Amino acid sequence: MNSMFKYLGVSIALYSAVTFSAAEDEYDYFSEPPSTVAISGELIGQFRNFKDHAERDSQSNTNVSLAFEPEFYYEFPDSKDSVIFTPFFRWDEADSERSHGDIRELRFHHVASDWELGVGISSVFWGVTETVHLVNIINQVDGVENLDEEDLLGQPMVNLTLVNDWGNLDFFILPSFRERNFSGRDGRPGTNTVISVDDAIYESGAESKRTDVAVRWSRSVDVWDVGLAYFHGTSREARFSEEAEYGQNSFSLNSYGEVELIPIYDVIDQVSIDVQATFDAWLLKLEAINRSGQGDRFVAAAAGLEYSFYDVAESGIDVGLVVEYLYDEREFKATDDDLSLAIRLAFNDISSTELLAGFARDLQNESLYYFIEGSRRLGDSYKVSLEVRGVSGVENGDPLIALYGDNFAQLELGYYF
Amino acid sequence: MSLTHKNTVKLASILTIITALLFSWSSHAQGVDAEQRGLDIALEADKRNSGFVDSQEQMVMVLRDKRGKERARKMRTKSLERHDDGDWGMTIFDQPADVKGTAMLTYSHGLEPDDQWLYLPALKRVKRISSRNKSGSFMGSEFAFEDMSSFEVKKYTYRFEREEACGELTCFVSEWVPQYDNSGYTRTVIWHDQQEYRAQKIDFYGRANKLLKTLTLMDYQLFNDRFWRPMKLEMQNHKTGKSTLLIFKSYEFGVGLSERDFDQSALKNAK
Repeated sequence: MNSMFKYLGVSIALYSAVTFSAAEDEYDYFSEPPSTVAISGELIGQFRNFKDHAERDSQSNTNVSLAFEPEFYYEFPDSKDSVIFTPFFRWDEADSERSHGDIRELRFHHVASDWELGVGISSVFWGVTETVHLVNIINQVDGVENLDEEDLLGQPMVNLTLVNDWGNLDFFILPSFRERNFSGRDGRPGTNTVISVDDAIYESGAESKRTDVAVRWSRSVDVWDVGLAYFHGTSREARFSEEAEYGQNSFSLNSYGEVELIPIYDVIDQVSIDVQATFDAWLLKLEAINRSGQGDRFVAAAAGLEYSFYDVAESGIDVGLVVEYLYDEREFKATDDDLSLAIRLAFNDISSTELLAGFARDLQNESLYYFIEGSRRLGDSYKVSLEVRGVSGVENGDPLIALYGDNFAQLELGYYF
Repeated sequence: MSLTHKNTVKLASILTIITALLFSWSSHAQGVDAEQRGLDIALEADKRNSGFVDSQEQMVMVLRDKRGKERARKMRTKSLERHDDGDWGMTIFDQPADVKGTAMLTYSHGLEPDDQWLYLPALKRVKRISSRNKSGSFMGSEFAFEDMSSFEVKKYTYRFEREEACGELTCFVSEWVPQYDNSGYTRTVIWHDQQEYRAQKIDFYGRANKLLKTLTLMDYQLFNDRFWRPMKLEMQNHKTGKSTLLIFKSYEFGVGLSERDFDQSALKNAK
């Protein structure tokens, strides 16, 4: 608790210092000199409080963490070429695995009249649905950041985009593979089963040095936004097994005598489709994948709709409703036959106050995953956000059991520059 | 007698009908005149604004609450003139810092719903969004999305009201009634100066003919010897007492933008 107060104290001091200095040049809106390298970024303090007592002595019920992500951007005078560098650092009080650094972006980008080329470390997002991100495959998930799989590790790539009347064609060459990072045994949530951070089993003899490839066609016509993609390479999603795989043991015992699962990375082929149709205030969404190489060939899909009521009762508030059905042919997948419901409130006020709350419930058992996310800007440079995540009614056979006993609330204060 | 009386009544009613018809015909003719004149003024104003091919602007929005407390928002816009359909536009947000790099791409279509995409830099995600939200607040300001959208003649019906002095100038005063769906206004009243057909003031009315907001356009400057543009616009909300000042740093015309500057790749790299 002490560290929390310390952290809040520092934040408040920092907040007041910056607020007062900003007030002085209030009317000098265009005063910034044109700088050659544009620097921006964020510094975010995070406090987590877990509802239930920790299972291990080394774990804690509260946790403080700090993340820093500056961005350096340079655009060449011809405005066709640019370079971006975005390092990322996180320090975590309890979990040495969560304390980590990454290069999110280090990329040279060239724009021509009918093509674009990006070379270096970068991030790519594909997909339309909100609850799961099935078709998003270029980058590895930064697994220690949050449970929503929306933080990605920087991926080295060469990305050529051909711009045509019949849509965009993206080619990716992905030299080298990033292993997913998992919370350590001192961390929470999701560490009921410990995952080995030192070992990984690869199907490819090149292991993490294998070069993967992907291609994607995407087009927007009228109300439709469509993407078709093919990926051949090492699966970003790890598999776990109780048997030996590729001639190696798929688990080991750590120095505490606990079983540690070793992530298995198969070489897969995946085709995917993502579609959104936008009819007035209705958004209709579909994502589907067909993957082979990771056990039996399987299909997974997410389909849903989103409807927004704007300016409800002249309050200025928008209310959005999201319904999604999640399907996965694989056994031991949390989202195998689930229905998710969420409500989104946008207050459209000066502080950009937003609230998102929802759950995904298994249709075959009682397992439920819920989340609440709220945020609000403070002044010009700060944002406070509150999150609650957890599971309830989890049955033993459901993979959500990994999160059992780790329900938590999270408070963040971010400084943006 | 009874017959005569009957005839008199008949004659009187016929006269009444004729008078009514004549009156309604003449007021209809006046109506057509007023509508034509209102349309002509809008067309002339549009003509004087068009032919810019493409443009880019840098601006600051100052949001002011009832007590006069201010917050600044910085953004850049780019537009591409389209002749067969509505214009294309890109808005890139620079401030507040937490939304820096967020960008919005719009293909406007007049009466049909616009196509709109939002780029969220934290997720590197391009999201197609609904453009139904015409009356909603733009960035928490007193400007609604519809106030920021591009002008197309078919979006309104027009009626000339009167001529009157506006500052040192004389203005045409016309009523514009939005024809697109989901507008927050039942009508707007717009003042164009007779000299250059520049919009000087707009009153926005809501239900029950209630005056909601007033926009004042100030500090007109001439660009490229042809285009008059206001450097300062102030939107006053009469309901809440809040106001928003929109200050332009610069307007640039004919900078050589192409369709490629308004696609989803450009949106992702907007910066």
